[in-house]
Amino acid sequence: MNEHIDVQAGEVLLTVGTMKGAWLFAGDPERGKWRWSGPHFRGEQVYAIRFDGRGGRHRLLAGTEHGHWGAVVRSSDDLGRSWSEPAEGNLRFPEGTDAALARVWQLQPAGDDQPGTVWAGVEPAALFRSEDGGETFELVRGLWDHPHRPRWEPGGGGLCLHTVLPDPADPERMWIAISTGGVYRTDDGGRSWQARNDGVRAVFLPDKYPEFGQCVHKIAPAGGRPDRLYLQNHWGLYRSDDGGDHWEDMANGVPSDFGFPMVTHPTDPDTAWIIPLDSDEFRCTPDGQARVYRTRDAGGSWEAQTAGLPERDAWLTVLRDGFASDGLDPAGLYFGTRTGQLFGSADEGESWQALAEWLPPVVCVKAAVVP
Amino acid sequence: MATIHLPGALSGHAGGQRRVEVDGATVGKVLAALGQAHPGVGQRVLDDRGALRRHVNVFVNGESIRYLDGIETPVAGTDEVWILPAVSGGG
Repeated sequence: MNEHIDVQAGEVLLTVGTMKGAWLFAGDPERGKWRWSGPHFRGEQVYAIRFDGRGGRHRLLAGTEHGHWGAVVRSSDDLGRSWSEPAEGNLRFPEGTDAALARVWQLQPAGDDQPGTVWAGVEPAALFRSEDGGETFELVRGLWDHPHRPRWEPGGGGLCLHTVLPDPADPERMWIAISTGGVYRTDDGGRSWQARNDGVRAVFLPDKYPEFGQCVHKIAPAGGRPDRLYLQNHWGLYRSDDGGDHWEDMANGVPSDFGFPMVTHPTDPDTAWIIPLDSDEFRCTPDGQARVYRTRDAGGSWEAQTAGLPERDAWLTVLRDGFASDGLDPAGLYFGTRTGQLFGSADEGESWQALAEWLPPVVCVKAAVVP
Repeated sequence: MATIHLPGALSGHAGGQRRVEVDGATVGKVLAALGQAHPGVGQRVLDDRGALRRHVNVFVNGESIRYLDGIETPVAGTDEVWILPAVSGGG
């Protein structure tokens, strides 16, 4: 057990949420040496934890879920030495919604031009907005009142709004993803939302290409090209070059197009990574081999990256928020597994090393460069 | 007023008290009054809809309210109410 770490500007901070607490890993800019602290929130499920370095802050935000006492958003301005303990729930469904917060799935700071704004995606599927850096949240009514909402259905993880992507080029535009509901986009700052699932398959429905209802596992924005998005579906890999208006299949040469995370390169819009799983019925790495797959031609082809990863008898599962990149060049990559391993790469997946091997089940990995 | 026994994990949200006294004719009304007096306790025991959380147990004079009338269980001024974390909720 390590109580605390300090970080310097330019270092990488990994925030790792598990089903029994959270850990922080700090790496030097070369990302060869790591130190860590944890467990934070002992015994609590932490599906969302990340660093927010906007506006001069060094704030950690965590969505924690106590098995008895429920979920709340907590923050720390001293890298986990102390955490806020909101006396009252700071993210609550208002009266009249007949809903109760089950889990915080995603905490997403808005752009640098909105340093107080933090978005939260939660279960049951809803979007919340904070204007005070994550201390208090309010329900985004424009999405809650959407006529599709009564027909969204829970996936295996519950009915969750798990991804929030503010457009870095347009503060009025944002994408969210729901399992199962699909992708929705707003072009007016969250007042109205349109389903954006054209071309995305729903294998579990009679109509395979419905307007909404897809089980989208993760969407990620291409680096440096705001209209391009990548999507890992519940079966299916897709790319959109028009802000989600249309999606094209890009499952070319992968052992399986089932999986959870989707990670993109911070600056190269043609590069993305996935970690395929065998199938929805057997959610483990295919053939017992831990393989990350990379495309460098926007999904035209994929190559396995395995150096340093276990090559046999490795039945790993990486969940939707268990894989992340940092913003450095070359990009660092990090993923955690349901069996408690944490792997890192400082060279865009060319080689990997284990940063931890015996954590509780990992459900969230985020990486940030400390300003 | 009924006496409410709080688990140690919640006493910090009630000024360090392990026992508090509140008014209420039923368990539901007692818990609502408890939440008014100590919001940090209330939001940990009741969800956003005011329902008792799944892994929290409430006992009146030693009997679980699941085997009485749930949150409609009557509470008299001399009753002892216990709030305890269930064995099922641990991490």
